[in-house]
Amino acid sequence: MNWHEYAIRHGKLPEWPYEINYGRENVVESDVLVVGGGVAGCRAAIAALQQGASVAVAERGFTKRSGLGGAGVDHWHGAVTNPCSKITPEMYSDTAMQICDGYTNGLARYIIGKEGWDTLLELEEMGVQIRDEDDEFKDTMFRDEETKLLFAYDVDNKHCLRVYGNNIKPCLDTEMRRLGTDVYDRTCITALLTDGGKQGARVIGAMGINDRTGEFFIFKAKAVVIATGGGKRLGTFAPELTESQSMFHTNLTNMGHTIAWNAGAELVLMDQLFAGGIDAGYAPYSMGNADNTYQGAPTVDAKGTRVQHASAAGELLTEERQIFQSARPDTFVIGHGIGLGPTNTPDYNVSTLDHALNDKISSGELRLPLYNDFSLLDPKHRRLIWGLMLSHEGKTRVPIYETLSKWGFDPDKDMLQYAITNADMLSHRSSWAGLEHLPPNWLITAGGGGIVTDWRLQGSLPGMFAAGGFPLFGSGCHGEAQTTGRYAGRQAAWFAAEHDAVEPDRAQIEREKNELYAPVENEGGDVSWKELNYAIARVVQDYCGKYKTEEILDLGIKRLKDLRGAEGMRTYANNPHELGRLVECYRLIDLGICYMEAAKARKASSAILGFSRVDYPETDPPEWHCLLPISQLDGKTRVRKLPCDYYRRAPYSDVLSDNYDVYSAPAKMEV
Amino acid sequence: MLTMKKFALPNQSGPCRVLSFDDKCVGCNKCVNVCPMDVMIPNPEKGEEPIVVFTEECWFCGGCVQECPVGALTLVAPAKQRISTIWKRKETGEEFRVGMTNPLPPVTTPPSGNRK
Amino acid sequence: MNWHEYVAQTGQVPKWPYELGYDKETVISCDVLVVGGGVAGCRAAIAARQGGASVVVMDRGFSKRSGEGGAGVDHWHGAVTNPCSKVTPRMYSEAAMDTTDGFTNGLARYIIGKEGYDTLLEVEKMGVQIRDEDDEFKGSIFRDDETKLMFAYDIENKHCLRIYGYDIKPCVDREMRRLGAKVLDRTCVTSLLTEGGRQGARVIGATGVNDRTGEFVVVKAKAVVISAGRTNRLWGFAPELTESQSMCNLNQTALGNTIGWRAGAEFIGMEMSGRAVLSGLGYAPYSTGNNNNTYQGAPTVDRNGKDVYYANAYGKLLYDEADIFKASDEGSFIIGHGIGLDNGYKPQYRITTTDPELWKKVMAGEYQQPFYNDMTKLPATSRRMIFGLMLAHEGKCRVPIYKNFTQWGFDPDKDMLQYPVQDYSRFPIDTSWCGPENTPANWRGGGGGYLVDWRLQTSLPGLFAAGCGPIFGHGCHGESHTSGRYSGRQAALYAGQNDAVEPDAEQIRRERERCYAPIRTNGDVGWKELNYAIAKIMQDYCGDYKTEHTLDMGIRRMNDLFETEGQRMYASNPHELVRVIESLSLCELGIAYMEAAKARRGSVKGLGFFRNDYPEYDEAQKKHIPISLKDGKVHTRDLSLYYHLEAPYSSDLEENYQRYSQA
Repeated sequence: MNWHEYAIRHGKLPEWPYEINYGRENVVESDVLVVGGGVAGCRAAIAALQQGASVAVAERGFTKRSGLGGAGVDHWHGAVTNPCSKITPEMYSDTAMQICDGYTNGLARYIIGKEGWDTLLELEEMGVQIRDEDDEFKDTMFRDEETKLLFAYDVDNKHCLRVYGNNIKPCLDTEMRRLGTDVYDRTCITALLTDGGKQGARVIGAMGINDRTGEFFIFKAKAVVIATGGGKRLGTFAPELTESQSMFHTNLTNMGHTIAWNAGAELVLMDQLFAGGIDAGYAPYSMGNADNTYQGAPTVDAKGTRVQHASAAGELLTEERQIFQSARPDTFVIGHGIGLGPTNTPDYNVSTLDHALNDKISSGELRLPLYNDFSLLDPKHRRLIWGLMLSHEGKTRVPIYETLSKWGFDPDKDMLQYAITNADMLSHRSSWAGLEHLPPNWLITAGGGGIVTDWRLQGSLPGMFAAGGFPLFGSGCHGEAQTTGRYAGRQAAWFAAEHDAVEPDRAQIEREKNELYAPVENEGGDVSWKELNYAIARVVQDYCGKYKTEEILDLGIKRLKDLRGAEGMRTYANNPHELGRLVECYRLIDLGICYMEAAKARKASSAILGFSRVDYPETDPPEWHCLLPISQLDGKTRVRKLPCDYYRRAPYSDVLSDNYDVYSAPAKMEV
Repeated sequence: MLTMKKFALPNQSGPCRVLSFDDKCVGCNKCVNVCPMDVMIPNPEKGEEPIVVFTEECWFCGGCVQECPVGALTLVAPAKQRISTIWKRKETGEEFRVGMTNPLPPVTTPPSGNRK
Repeated sequence: MNWHEYVAQTGQVPKWPYELGYDKETVISCDVLVVGGGVAGCRAAIAARQGGASVVVMDRGFSKRSGEGGAGVDHWHGAVTNPCSKVTPRMYSEAAMDTTDGFTNGLARYIIGKEGYDTLLEVEKMGVQIRDEDDEFKGSIFRDDETKLMFAYDIENKHCLRIYGYDIKPCVDREMRRLGAKVLDRTCVTSLLTEGGRQGARVIGATGVNDRTGEFVVVKAKAVVISAGRTNRLWGFAPELTESQSMCNLNQTALGNTIGWRAGAEFIGMEMSGRAVLSGLGYAPYSTGNNNNTYQGAPTVDRNGKDVYYANAYGKLLYDEADIFKASDEGSFIIGHGIGLDNGYKPQYRITTTDPELWKKVMAGEYQQPFYNDMTKLPATSRRMIFGLMLAHEGKCRVPIYKNFTQWGFDPDKDMLQYPVQDYSRFPIDTSWCGPENTPANWRGGGGGYLVDWRLQTSLPGLFAAGCGPIFGHGCHGESHTSGRYSGRQAALYAGQNDAVEPDAEQIRRERERCYAPIRTNGDVGWKELNYAIAKIMQDYCGDYKTEHTLDMGIRRMNDLFETEGQRMYASNPHELVRVIESLSLCELGIAYMEAAKARRGSVKGLGFFRNDYPEYDEAQKKHIPISLKDGKVHTRDLSLYYHLEAPYSSDLEENYQRYSQA
């Protein structure tokens, strides 16, 4: 029953089911605090425990299924050291850097290359199936007969693996709890604690509230790993329209970015605020598609004419195998959906449908709707897409596999219709994302921006580590999140072993409490979290959109501060759940300011960053080809320039493996 | 305030609270009756202010405000609207808006036209 | 207080405040039934009463403020016979046909030209101010000092008038009630009754459901005028996001058209569906800086105070205020704006707009956002005319804009109003508050309406049409009054010549059953869920991409939705029940739109219509394709765009008018 049915049937309101104690303090002490219990956070916790640290995890939801990876996964990027792979960590990192003009995270990509496979093997021990153990796919080109590993995207280079990841999060969660992690579910972290309460000082814990009881939590820790999620709600907010169709959800507010920013940490690439999103179309993977999880699924038009695949170079492909090969013999398919944004060459891209698809639809040569026709595939290949990928990818087991099967969909017999949409839009690979349904000015924060770190994945603040696909800038997707989580957790444990605990500053705690609990003490409050969120999204859309100038960005910052000072002081929360949403809105305002400050800092336009400054129209001038770490000190924004390849310049070696060898070990082993 | 903490309520629907009534309201329900969308219902307590039920159906025409015989009703634009409507005083460069923290004094010039 | 506050404070859910009467049926008889009590409907009712007919008006809301024109109006199109006007009805109709390549309504435009000013004079008698009686604008270029009339858009031809219309609806409502029209407020029409219950037969009444009590009403009438609204809710549906910013409201479901479609009437222009400019996803109407329509003539400056100029239709910049209100071609006139001619507008009829090179200049650094309206640059009378007259009287402006802004200290003598910061490379700055950038590409707006003859009678005997929604290609506020008044007169004449016919009991029984199914089924689908799904189908299958095949699929999807989820609806009170009935009707309307798109096997610029399987713009497509249901099957035929000047009619506009405008 839903709430309305309850109220109608019983003629009364359900009472709030949890005891409310706004402001009651709980103090939790641990060596390592992990903020965010998604796949990266769970891996960080496990790794830190394995190094002997005591660990607390603060999680916005419930760790068993929370986070962007909590709903499953079907393929694992970066397992380049698996026994079948022809790719080395060096090739993997260098290629990512090369095709993005350096605007990604070379050190993280290297660490991922070095440890991604090991990270996956550990998962296998935790109970996740990563091989075709039952020989279901024997003798297919996607399988290695010896190891029984299955490959996605590139059957020649074999570095991206298909996995049976529907239960990946419960497995990780079980292991994390088994090892003795102290898990605080339903806890919304709102700030980091710093030494002396000062911006830019060592991070010594975090604070937050419980979304059922409203209680206040003070986490004291010697080291903190930020392993939170990506974001929506900043430049896009329309929950009634979008949630069923989104890969992102309402808990995703880039909170890790914001608390790091507020603590004075350096962030980079926060100037990437993309137009678009994947929110307004159709449920993920619910429509015919030829991309990602559906890679290799044959497509036909309304008359049954086959729509051919094309290599990244545009050459039409005649054999199925070619769909899973790179565009050139000397390159490899680096992957897809791994946060590389626009690239300067198609050579490493996945194959797609015919590049002339638009033209052929417009000219009438092909007729909509298009369909996936799985019956054209070898039965094993069909089973690999539908039975493996579609039943293990995030948000597909229940919404797609079980639901469609229950209603009789049979991939052996049935064709799945693509969305009917304008031909331009259809040529976008993820047709279910429904670009035509998106207002042009919706913005998403799922760019590569995040915390900039050293080779230990430590941010600019001592004791603060970053992990996962979002808080750690330019770091990839699901497998990458697990790998960086595991690495950062290890590093945090070592840091904790070397440093004493510091008592937090009481004044900082009081400031935070005063801010957080104002809405429940606000007698006259009449602004709901949704109203505030709508307004935040509007300001970000208008003032941080395609048209950017110094003055417009300044006005945008002013508008957000105005909202915080006016409507933000007139909010109400009927219960701790609403209070949690509301304090997320407060942090979204801080985050919006961070994005606008970052946009202000880059005084040039950039094609590869998709970044346009009307007052600095010159595109990618060499002096601006760099990262621009921004941070706050005493509330003032500071910017510096940092070479994109900073991780192979002094004090580091220019040899990736040397750096890895030095820093992937405990600090005391350092030379 | 204590009771407000007690119940599990769904999120507010609609873009904002839509209308606010001040103490002058006598519960005459003229606003309820004029609304084209019928978004309000009379309060079960006679003489009390009406209840806005179908919040997201309000199209913000202001007919109810004009109908109110005692001037008790304010049409509340959503925050996303208030933050979009900005005016700048030409002489000083200061910016203002509806809902601002330190409001300007009201301008009392009546609309053009002689029918009241 | 709102509902949330009430339940949080009292701990109680308020009971439904009205007595429920789901099983109650009221039967009323009259000469003329008017469906829709907006401005057109009130005028129809008044005219029919004046013609001696007994009149019942069915209004979805409350007729004092209901309808799109219920929130006010600031200018009146088509008053071409006013004593100052240099435009004739013939020029007006011919220009409208010329500028749209024939894809508008030549006969309605002529009737409007003939009677628009008289219709306005009657409004004046009802208490609406239409002149500058207090000489506030004396000496202004917009005013005629003798008649004290004031002009919008075109100060040389003087055919479009500025008026003080914020209370226009209460005035026509009062007059309508004073003359004895019986008004059924809060009543949603659900069907037309036809002779013998047959599709395509004479219309003899209608049925409705009350949204407070749930009572069923049967109105028997000798003639019926459809004067319901346009459609909102069909392609775009996101009430939480849009209603505060929309010029349309949720009551607007074009139900007046849907019931006629079901009854077998012929429709034209239904295949037209342009981008939804007024989607409601932008900003509240007229709430941000703008220099268009109600704001026409308002000076724009950039952030540095640099003037942005108007340009004529040929891009020539205009530096003098008076030039903004003159036609771009010598000897021509500005036909107007926002009057349903959007696929046309040849330069000689076009309003002046912002410098078309503006965005280029922005990119070159010559101008910088944000832009502002700087009304201080205007003469005091012109400034007062824009803010004190237009902004205080236009629909949805008196309270949300004038009252609200001045309450918070906005002073047009001192303050500049900011335009939204947007990417204006993708749309003209003139539409700034509509927010095209905030609107998805596949949100569209439907056009089209009843095919009407020179009496504004539809193809069904006894069924007349009036107003923007029901009549294809007909215009805006003033036009609705005028066609309503004309149509009401005609309906009364018809009622005087035709006897009442007893409706078919079976038709009424079936309709009752249909309407109350959601109360009985105990379903699990709410009206909003259904409406979202309807909008999705329209977006996908009746959007940019259209072929025979995909339109067929869209029709199938809509039928499917109607037959599955549509049969599992619930309504927990009469208000919801009526929203459910509306949503179900949108399924039918959507199908009508898709059938119309199917029927036109070609692409036509003048209609903004494109078929992917017939991509060529084809001269042979310059025709109407009336579409209707006959025995449940779709029937189409070809009809000349100039049918109103072809047999059986005269080739002369005036002759036709003389022959048909009276008994």
